[in-house]
Amino acid sequence: MSEKVLTRNFDVADAHTLAGYRKTGGYTALAKAAAMEPAAILEEVKQSNLRGLGGAGFPTGMKWSFIPKGHTGPVYLVINADEGEPGTFKDRYLLERDPHALIEGMIIAARAIRSAKGFVYIRGEYVEPWRRFSAAVREAYDAGLLGTGFDIVVHRGAGAYICGEETGLISSLEGKKGWPKVKPPFPAIKGAFGAPTIVNNVETICQVPHIINRGAAWFAGLGSKTQGGTRLYSVSGRVNRPGVYEESCAITLRQLIERAGGVSGSGVLKGVVPGGSSAPILAAHEIDVTMDVDGLRSAGTMAGSAGVIVFDETVSVPEALMVVARFYAHESCGQCTPCRESTGWIYKMCHRLVEGKGRKDDLDTILDVAKRGAGTTICAFYDGAIGPYISYIEKFRAEFEALVQP
Amino acid sequence: MTNPSNQVAIRNDSRPPAVVFSPTELEEVRRLQGLYPDKRGALLPVLHMAQETFGHISLETEQYVATLFDLSPAHVHEVVTFYTLYFQQPKGRHVVAVCHNLSCHLAGAPLILSHIKERLGIGVGETTDDGRITLQAVECLCACEAAPMMQVDDRYELNLTPDKVDRILEGLR
Repeated sequence: MSEKVLTRNFDVADAHTLAGYRKTGGYTALAKAAAMEPAAILEEVKQSNLRGLGGAGFPTGMKWSFIPKGHTGPVYLVINADEGEPGTFKDRYLLERDPHALIEGMIIAARAIRSAKGFVYIRGEYVEPWRRFSAAVREAYDAGLLGTGFDIVVHRGAGAYICGEETGLISSLEGKKGWPKVKPPFPAIKGAFGAPTIVNNVETICQVPHIINRGAAWFAGLGSKTQGGTRLYSVSGRVNRPGVYEESCAITLRQLIERAGGVSGSGVLKGVVPGGSSAPILAAHEIDVTMDVDGLRSAGTMAGSAGVIVFDETVSVPEALMVVARFYAHESCGQCTPCRESTGWIYKMCHRLVEGKGRKDDLDTILDVAKRGAGTTICAFYDGAIGPYISYIEKFRAEFEALVQP
Repeated sequence: MTNPSNQVAIRNDSRPPAVVFSPTELEEVRRLQGLYPDKRGALLPVLHMAQETFGHISLETEQYVATLFDLSPAHVHEVVTFYTLYFQQPKGRHVVAVCHNLSCHLAGAPLILSHIKERLGIGVGETTDDGRITLQAVECLCACEAAPMMQVDDRYELNLTPDKVDRILEGLR
């Protein structure tokens, strides 16, 4: 079991209040950071090997360094609290149980990137997390932690998975439908309202106070060679104790499943989705892999949002793919033709396969369509969708073929 | 030639619209608009407000909100129709949204959904005749550790069983 960093306040009943948070040592990192030069904060975060924990795994310090030097206009810090990757629920815990950790991390990050205004984009369905976080923001204003050089605007989304994509989120924050934007320009150059913008995930920013308090070397040492720290794994599906687990980025998938009480149902593992529904599935024999960004990449999948969904032997993979395909068909924003069309048609084909009406060519057609669409769209949504399409069929083909009409 | 005045006559602008915010609400609209570098950033929050105030977002509401933002009604319509949480038709007094994504599916969401349909005598997307409940099937609400689950208005209801669902539905008036 790893040292508790992000979860240290999860069982402290009043940690969501300012007084409770202070009792746990809250806002001491802010005092330390206030005496540091912005460049020194940025350097500390770089050295910590902190990588984005929302999905893409991009090095956080490097992202911050992309704000143009000598820029004199506004710079925005946008927090992506539009948690929506199927199988992921850790940001909900952070917003409800440790909201001041996010506020403290934001104030420090804002100092590093010289931002005077931050937006926290919370998914519309998260009403309780939104109330909890808004109450914490009000407390922080009353205590003079906010409104004295840095402001936070809490913004509610309105139901759209694509707004978890950073440029889709920016469009939504600007009062539009959440259509992603072509990059470059990257948000750090031209983001929200046309100004340089850093978009970071909730969990990523909650790590920042700990890095400042305890140092980059300590943080880097908690993880793997290329990714520092612990992270929150959301474990669900067929395990005995589903929940949020804080573990090192260097833990293996096998160890993580054991931490969650082992496989439930039949007790025999069939496969695991290791990083939210967009991550290609791993078969039962592939779980001795470390859960850091590079470890999972070398196993042909991705760390993504660390949403781990476990399938026991009794789960029907074709049925699971139909459910996942329905999700991508529903959530495609419709902007790029390959994504809009393929997600819809692939769902229809998966549906008829499960109904026993599949045709002989269906499996190869899905694979062909999925592979040809890769890399042809504005954002990573479709590349995420093809992860399950291809991996479920290629790794469990016999199960699909058994459903096809001879 | 088209007479421009005929076009205006489609809607008599001297008639006050049925949907209109109170002075206090308008103050809140202006406060929200002031939080963003461009007031249009407040469009989603103000649409949330409009839905709470008027029950749903009709075409007339879209037109009204457009005037508050100097936007075309078409832009507002595009936004309203893009997101799942805005209702274009009147909804029930309660909205029951059952998650049917992967983890909930593995934990028995299809059973929960069919149980609710049978209990209420309605399908997904429909509202009971007495206007009590609108039923939805929705994508991941990110509470997979407590699957199967659903959202009832503002609340998450977790670890559902048919019995638990019955008790929850009975509590909705």
